[in-house]
Amino acid sequence: MSDTRYHYGGDEYLLVIFSEAMDLAINFKLLSICHEIKHRQVSGVIEACPANASYLVHFRPEEVHPDQLIRTLKDIENEIQHANTLQSRLVDIPVLFDDPWTKECAQRFADRHQDPSVSNLEYLMRVNGYSSKQEFISAYCDRPFWISMVGFVPGTAWCYRMCPPDQAIQAPKYIRPRTDTPERAVAHGGVFLCIYPVRGPGGYQMIGMSAVPVYDPEEHLPDLRGRYILANAGDRWKFRPIDMDEYNDIRSQVEAGSYRYHIVEQDFRPSEYIRDPSSYLKRLQKEAVG
Amino acid sequence: MLNVIDPGLLTTVQDLGRLRWYHIGMPPAGALDNFAFRVGNLLVGNSEGAAGLEMTYTGPQLELTTETLIAVTGAEVTLQINNQPAILWRAHRVVPGDCIGLGSVRRGARAYLCIAGGVDVPERLGSRSTYMLGRFGGLDGRKLEANDQLQLGSPAVSFEKMLGRTFDPALIPTLSKEMTVRVVIGMCSHRVTAASLREFLNATWEVSTEADRIGYRLKGPTFEFKSGEQPFGAGADPSNVVDLGYPIGSIQIPGGLEAIVLLNDAVTGGGYTTIGTVIKSDLDLIAQASPGCQIHFNEVGIEQALQARRDREARLSLIRMELGIFDQAGALGQ
Repeated sequence: MSDTRYHYGGDEYLLVIFSEAMDLAINFKLLSICHEIKHRQVSGVIEACPANASYLVHFRPEEVHPDQLIRTLKDIENEIQHANTLQSRLVDIPVLFDDPWTKECAQRFADRHQDPSVSNLEYLMRVNGYSSKQEFISAYCDRPFWISMVGFVPGTAWCYRMCPPDQAIQAPKYIRPRTDTPERAVAHGGVFLCIYPVRGPGGYQMIGMSAVPVYDPEEHLPDLRGRYILANAGDRWKFRPIDMDEYNDIRSQVEAGSYRYHIVEQDFRPSEYIRDPSSYLKRLQKEAVG
Repeated sequence: MLNVIDPGLLTTVQDLGRLRWYHIGMPPAGALDNFAFRVGNLLVGNSEGAAGLEMTYTGPQLELTTETLIAVTGAEVTLQINNQPAILWRAHRVVPGDCIGLGSVRRGARAYLCIAGGVDVPERLGSRSTYMLGRFGGLDGRKLEANDQLQLGSPAVSFEKMLGRTFDPALIPTLSKEMTVRVVIGMCSHRVTAASLREFLNATWEVSTEADRIGYRLKGPTFEFKSGEQPFGAGADPSNVVDLGYPIGSIQIPGGLEAIVLLNDAVTGGGYTTIGTVIKSDLDLIAQASPGCQIHFNEVGIEQALQARRDREARLSLIRMELGIFDQAGALGQ
């Protein structure tokens, strides 16, 4: 029997929780289940929204009783014992690490931080036992991050480093959240990295600036036309360190509306990843470049 | 055309909201007081989902350049047409050059102005609703400003047919500074102690000044969490969970220090413990609550929640019948 718990979220939502802990294998499976719900056009369902270790279903109780819907969702769960092959895009995210804007922001909110005497990046290095900045930045860039959930505000993606839990880089959140964060700040909280789609409050430790936007309400960029956001749950983002010159160059392309994202579409086989994460990732990387 | 002379405190274009995009982090937006908004549209012969204006606490001054019908519903507010008082929850005929003025609310928080034909801003992802945080929909994704001009759609029915139609005022919801809202307990409620959950249901919660379309922060007792190790990836604070989806109406308790009820411009997910969800029909009550209002939560089961939903639809059906409207789309009977 599964440990999955089905909860009513009032009269229009169901919250299905697979695990209280973050687990990539569980995320692969629930993404497969959400795809299946969409594919089957389950009666009364408006949409299924995958999250890290759970998913939320929005439905019309006039069309399906929540208990009937729970039975249908349990049937789907039983049929999908193992995650299916997922369509997963590998996306290049150029980042200026240790940038001046997030450092300035950190200084403005120094009173809310654990150790305002150092930058957020230096603080995370210490907490995670790194002494070289170069090495620490490489750790963020040497392997892709899995988009396990999209939400909060449009385009926010929870990015989970594709490594065994004991090798996870972890980040305590700010003691009290900031009331401001620059748009496109790359930040780390708990086991997740995120890029802030819009300027706003936040409690993650800021380590850099993405040169490319993750939310485009005005549809300036051809790759985001009609879709508004960059992230899909199940995509992989590969962060790439860039210098100020390249940052400025990409920014002008974005502002001119001519920037094209570097995206490679791939089939992702969860079973192969689970069997041997490192070599499977290497194989996918080779395939993407080749 | 509708010209904005003075926008009031916070006036936005809204309809019934943008569904199916929660999974990209896009909340539905849409009129917070769903019932009042739908009745407003019915009064002017629109379909219930036509776009109108939602105003908060202090209303706008507007000028119409088209002959049309208007109705104002929701909060108790002074409505004037060319400086002459006009009654709420009733259709009024206006002609080019007429000025519509809405004052400050006396009771409630949000009033709705519906206009025959609806406000015609471009649809984005299937809706005209404004979502300000995401700069999306409505008029350029923002609240109205002085000198804005809004196009109006073509009315579905002739003005003569709608004028003078009324319904039993007993069907108009009563507004109060103290309210009881029904809640389905669940989701992560097992993480707080039974005593804490009881206290949540027994306490009087006060609406704080941080209360907007995203959510209402409520002041009341603090929460106690059950002891135990935090799951991997959840975060150190006992109120943290591995990030999950937040239903509209869900109640979260960051730090255990306050309760936040999420409304139509909600953040769609995050890492705070959620202990239950306000039922859909009672979100209309919260939409009319202002800072200082008192809220009691009453636990209901799923069947009671579904019944409350049917009751509200039945009240709307009654209003439709009394107005002589015989289908959901708002088509007019003889």
